[in-house]
Amino acid sequence: MSTSAYGHSEADLQHNAPLAPLGQVLSGSRAPGWWGMVWLCTTEGMLFASFLAAYFFLRGSVASFGAEGGRYVPLMRPLIMTLLLLGSSVTAWWGERGIRAGNVGRLKLGLALTFVLGVGFLLLQASEYGHRNVSWSTSAYDSLFITITGFHGVHVGVGLLMNLFVQVRAWLGHFDGERYEAVSNSVLYWHFVDGVWLTLLACLYLSPRLW
Amino acid sequence: MATTSERVDITELTARLDRTWKTPKSLYGALSTVDHKTIGKRYLVTAFIFMLFAGLQAAAMRAQLARPDSTMISPEAYDQLFSMHGTTMIFWYASPILSGFSNYLVPLMIGSRDMAFPRLNAFSYWTFLLSGLLIYASVLNGTAPHGGWFAYVPYTSAQYSPGLNTDFYALALLFLTISTTVGAINFIVTIFKMRCPGMSVSRMPLFMWSTLTTSVVIVFAMPALTAALIFLELDRRFGTQFYDAVRGGSPLLWQHLFWVFGHPWVYVVILPATGMASMIIPTFCRRPIVGHVYVALATVSTGIFGFGVWAHHMFATGMPALSTMFFSAASMGVSIPSAVQIFAWLATIWSARRHVLATPMLFMLGFVCLFVIGGISGVMTASVPFDLQVHDTYFVVAHLHYVLVGINLFPVIAAFYYWLPKMTGRMLDEKLGKWNFWLMFVGANMAFFPMHILGLRGMPRRIYTYPAGMGWDTLNMIETVGAFVMAVGVLLFIINVLKSFRGGALAGNNPWGASSLEWLTSSPPPEYNFVTIPTVVGRDPLWDSHDERIGPAGELDSASPNPVRAATTREMSPDKVVGPKSVSVAELQPWRVLDVGRETLETTLLDGDPQAILRLPENTLWPLVLALALAAGFVSALFKQPVWAVIAGVVTLISIAGWLWPKSTAYPVRTART
Repeated sequence: MSTSAYGHSEADLQHNAPLAPLGQVLSGSRAPGWWGMVWLCTTEGMLFASFLAAYFFLRGSVASFGAEGGRYVPLMRPLIMTLLLLGSSVTAWWGERGIRAGNVGRLKLGLALTFVLGVGFLLLQASEYGHRNVSWSTSAYDSLFITITGFHGVHVGVGLLMNLFVQVRAWLGHFDGERYEAVSNSVLYWHFVDGVWLTLLACLYLSPRLW
Repeated sequence: MATTSERVDITELTARLDRTWKTPKSLYGALSTVDHKTIGKRYLVTAFIFMLFAGLQAAAMRAQLARPDSTMISPEAYDQLFSMHGTTMIFWYASPILSGFSNYLVPLMIGSRDMAFPRLNAFSYWTFLLSGLLIYASVLNGTAPHGGWFAYVPYTSAQYSPGLNTDFYALALLFLTISTTVGAINFIVTIFKMRCPGMSVSRMPLFMWSTLTTSVVIVFAMPALTAALIFLELDRRFGTQFYDAVRGGSPLLWQHLFWVFGHPWVYVVILPATGMASMIIPTFCRRPIVGHVYVALATVSTGIFGFGVWAHHMFATGMPALSTMFFSAASMGVSIPSAVQIFAWLATIWSARRHVLATPMLFMLGFVCLFVIGGISGVMTASVPFDLQVHDTYFVVAHLHYVLVGINLFPVIAAFYYWLPKMTGRMLDEKLGKWNFWLMFVGANMAFFPMHILGLRGMPRRIYTYPAGMGWDTLNMIETVGAFVMAVGVLLFIINVLKSFRGGALAGNNPWGASSLEWLTSSPPPEYNFVTIPTVVGRDPLWDSHDERIGPAGELDSASPNPVRAATTREMSPDKVVGPKSVSVAELQPWRVLDVGRETLETTLLDGDPQAILRLPENTLWPLVLALALAAGFVSALFKQPVWAVIAGVVTLISIAGWLWPKSTAYPVRTART
């Protein structure tokens, strides 16, 4: 009788394990869809890491890069944007907890609040571009700043589209206490977009003030 | 569900599974299928055709270089030839052909009925195909990429490459990164969650380790290329300054980003092939591989090491001495896990119970030889002073061709000889196979070994011709002859495949007497792969089960003493089932009948314990529609058509929504049985 590395005997596997009750997987961290979203976020995270690597490489090696301009960027607007996005992650989390308990109304409200906060973030970002009045062809610093924050803005936009999609499905009654896979996946993506913003805030807005 | 005392009619069960999983033989069926085996075969054929295109380009270059002062090909045409040759071989052949094998084999080897995301798998193929068509449209347009496969700026900047050549390169490659990334995520989740019961991590076939490592490497490395290409297109089209040294950018940024992606990519195109070696060599040595765990660890550590060696491509750029020392040491260090794998194969061959010198094994032996030569020239170029001497010479060309031909092409041909019988049900001809091997092996060494010497004698790479009297003439002629000998070998391979289609010997389930699960089912496998989901209790399930007996002449006798095992496999003829006509559910339990719609089993990540029953999607056109919408978007971007780009974007969003919209299902919903 062979024994596996994890202590099952052959008899366990052949006779006991198959008798364990099995249902269809609908939601939660066991679902392949959730794993797919985890890896999508990983590769997207590496895209932003590559952008930031480019930023630090140029800042460290090219004298005329122009990052010192970042020192004088007013922090008020990005900090408000941060609060909006952090708040939207909380409301998204709250809505998802709601549907896990079977509360569809809480899910709809949580998604709607998240949507409003996300739109607020994008509006403030647009006003920041207008306010700074820079072109991305002026210097490599401006090219990077606008490309990185712009790509993040696009990700927020994608997150908002996911939010709308899930909201529509919530109104059609697709979700209940056992089926909420699309909710979990879209909320996971939203948290990821939020995390990326915190990294961008630290690298693009705060770090030029430190060195 | 049936109770345990009920009896299941096997003929009726297979008929029901056939109906559930059937893809209609029609145009709609061909465009909507999500079957991993069909997609895998499409990958193999498409990537092989791209390889033939790139091979013809190589033949043209070798014909030009056969004699000094040749004027057959103009310098501009030669630039396009070597750029398309490298780009096609690296991006549209070397990795996709391995994806083809992984697509076909991963679900079969882990005892699943399909990939974790079958529709994403179809999408991954369509985007691969369309991106390949996009880059070959550049040839028809007369503006093929001409900046080499790594397209260094400033040569590829708008100033020095004003035409569409580089835009084709950047946009087609960006399009391809989507295909590669979603494919990699699909493999990871499949290997994580779809393994059959009992297949704990320690029991995974080594090909799973190499596919998994490769996929994780893709997920982490691909974005660097995406970023580099986005910067390049923004610089070329929108006047940004990423690579412009005058306004705070740096051309070295491209080199860093490209090689942060590029060197891990080398392992992407060789690791699955080493995994194939670890599957094929033990079969023909009639014993499990020596050091299974160490080979798995070496595979993973090669993938990790691969991220720390990129700047060895940049020793000549004047990096700080400390950096060059680090990257030199890391590049030599990566040879350690490669050596672990090589010695594991050698030890397996050394301690074989019996040597079976069939064609797949011949190609594997050739692969080990070429791997060693390519590996040694790799360690040589990892040494900074030596690298500075041979940088941008034919020595580097020799090294990379030994690596790519040796560790990619040879295992791929071995894999065709080994697994094509599983895909088509028919064997390839052994006699032709031996000719095929020797022509390719001799041809490859004739074509590529003299390049080492030419490089040491100072012949630079990427020159379209050279003057007589440099001491390069004879060796170049030998290389050209070798290249054509190798081409004849490839031609023999194609003839052998076509011959096998027309009447090769029938393969049966397990023609090689191999140990892994893909040989449990019929050749070709039914759409649902396995009648019941198998359970494994070891690393070599078909050897552990002791189902087969070895006859007096060493041939395998598939007469099975196990009635349940017989019930779970099918012979060649779909209406014929070997074994008893019905078995009780209690007997079938360990193998699990999943027949309520397209179902397969989800298991836990580490232990492979049954966790849940997964419902897999039906055939659908959405993956194709989405791929076409994206292709339209990339073409609009290429020809600067903002209106069309917006329309393509809207169609893209609609197709994603259509894809994700839940289907009303006719299936009864399963609930947990308690």
